[in-house]
Amino acid sequence: MRPLLEKKIPLALVFIIGIIMTLQYFVPHPISQTIYDNSLMWNRAIASMAYIMAVVSFLRFHSRRLKDKNYAPYSLVAILSFAAMALIGFIGGTGSDSLFQKMYNNMMVPLQATTFSLLAFYMSSAAYRAFRIRGVEATVLMITAFIIIFGTTTIGNYVPKMNEIVEWIMAVPNLASKRGIMIGVGLGVVATSIKIILGIERNWVGG
Amino acid sequence: MLLKTILFMLFLSPPRVFSPDGTGKKLTIVLDIPDAIRPQITTLNLVRECSDGKVDTLDILPFLKAYTDNSLSYKKDYRYKILAYSNGNLIFESEWSEYIRPTAKWFDKDKLPLFIAMMLFTIIMIYYIAQARANKPLYLRPIAGLEAVNEAIGRATEMGRPIIYINGLTGISDIATIAALNILSHVTKRAGQFETRIVVPCYDPVVYTIAREIVKEAYTTIGRPDLFNPDDVYFATDSQFGYAAHVAARMVREQSATNFFMGYYFAESLILSETGASTGAIQVAGTDSVAQLPFFVVTCDYTLIGEELYAASAYLSREPLLTGTIKAQDLAKLLLVVVMVLLSISSLFKVNITLGLF
Repeated sequence: MRPLLEKKIPLALVFIIGIIMTLQYFVPHPISQTIYDNSLMWNRAIASMAYIMAVVSFLRFHSRRLKDKNYAPYSLVAILSFAAMALIGFIGGTGSDSLFQKMYNNMMVPLQATTFSLLAFYMSSAAYRAFRIRGVEATVLMITAFIIIFGTTTIGNYVPKMNEIVEWIMAVPNLASKRGIMIGVGLGVVATSIKIILGIERNWVGG
Repeated sequence: MLLKTILFMLFLSPPRVFSPDGTGKKLTIVLDIPDAIRPQITTLNLVRECSDGKVDTLDILPFLKAYTDNSLSYKKDYRYKILAYSNGNLIFESEWSEYIRPTAKWFDKDKLPLFIAMMLFTIIMIYYIAQARANKPLYLRPIAGLEAVNEAIGRATEMGRPIIYINGLTGISDIATIAALNILSHVTKRAGQFETRIVVPCYDPVVYTIAREIVKEAYTTIGRPDLFNPDDVYFATDSQFGYAAHVAARMVREQSATNFFMGYYFAESLILSETGASTGAIQVAGTDSVAQLPFFVVTCDYTLIGEELYAASAYLSREPLLTGTIKAQDLAKLLLVVVMVLLSISSLFKVNITLGLF
């Protein structure tokens, strides 16, 4: 009974729905669109159930960590923040003038922006590592990066032909590499989809 | 003013109406108004009459040359007329168009080339799968990033430290996430054989539920269900930088020996991978996010670029059926290269051999 419920039925469902949704893409008829819209609604319904499980996981994870003195302060903050925001949202609503929104805008957004701003420092250290001349490829990378950085600065605008060189690098070798990767990705996406629809790839049901 | 209004009061021919696609919901109305009159218009109305007698007036922007009405039914007929006003005075009114019904088609002809390409690719895949079933040996070129997976797991085992595995920051509808989950299964099985702990902080609730089942099943498959710890596969947060901060903190505090970054990433990629690099962890990344690839290449020991992410599951399992699909991908790429070269040469000589497919 367990293999039937956990493997065979999911695989059969994926096969049937996978074929229907693939064909749906090529059929513009309103019936086809209705099927697509309904599938999106199913997605949202499943996601809302998954959120309940996610919240349980979050609380379980942090409540267990309260016992560990190394992690307790962080987990306590996480649980209290979660409880406070949930309570404020349930009691005062989540409208644009609500306390919930104010807390989000004045606490959550600055915190996210702070983490985001760290990227500047990370980029510097990553660039240093990338531009160290260790071989031919690294040298080419460094020279190219120098041209792009210099060409996009104010001083670079005053150097004759610099803008054209930068544009050429971005539009020809850079774009060609990107497109090469994207073609491979496109084929990989289709191949993975077909593998899953045909039931060849079964790792998502435990192999 | 009255005289001016009368002078501008023109009876236009009926507006041209056509069905722009086969969705059965849209009609496009061409607003043929002379350019000389347009500057006078302050309000432009389109009157729609349905075959059931219902009449609606649509207020549209005066400068529009065409308007697509996109909330219609393919079971009803519609006709339109244009009314234009200048400061509240009607300055012209068109005649009614003919009744027309939005066309509902069962196949989108514009997608025919895509359909043919998809069918061709599917046939190639089925051919190679059949070859694999017949036990014909298929060669796969070595992929350094995938060869390194076992080495990375071995290092974590030797150091007695956990592996951190991240499935990317997109939902389950993204194929990159599915590819990442497939690799997770292999990595968990391999790590389980050495009793090495694997930690999977999740960003998306749906991905969390699936990742949890995959890890649980992977341990069960290798006969070690006891190794599954529900606290190691958990939902962290769905805030992008909150997640980055959480994972970075775990890397630093627990000094993970190995970090896997598989799936699709955004701006947080560098925060995650640079933090991991600073802790001295061996890092393997795999993404199809072209914008984030350079960051991973710089900060990780091995990077699976684009399609290699999708090939990883087959490569790691060495299952003939799965490797057959990689051969199909390679042949499809070769065909694409041939087509592109031919089209490029033909365009140099200004010869069109596309047959209108592109």
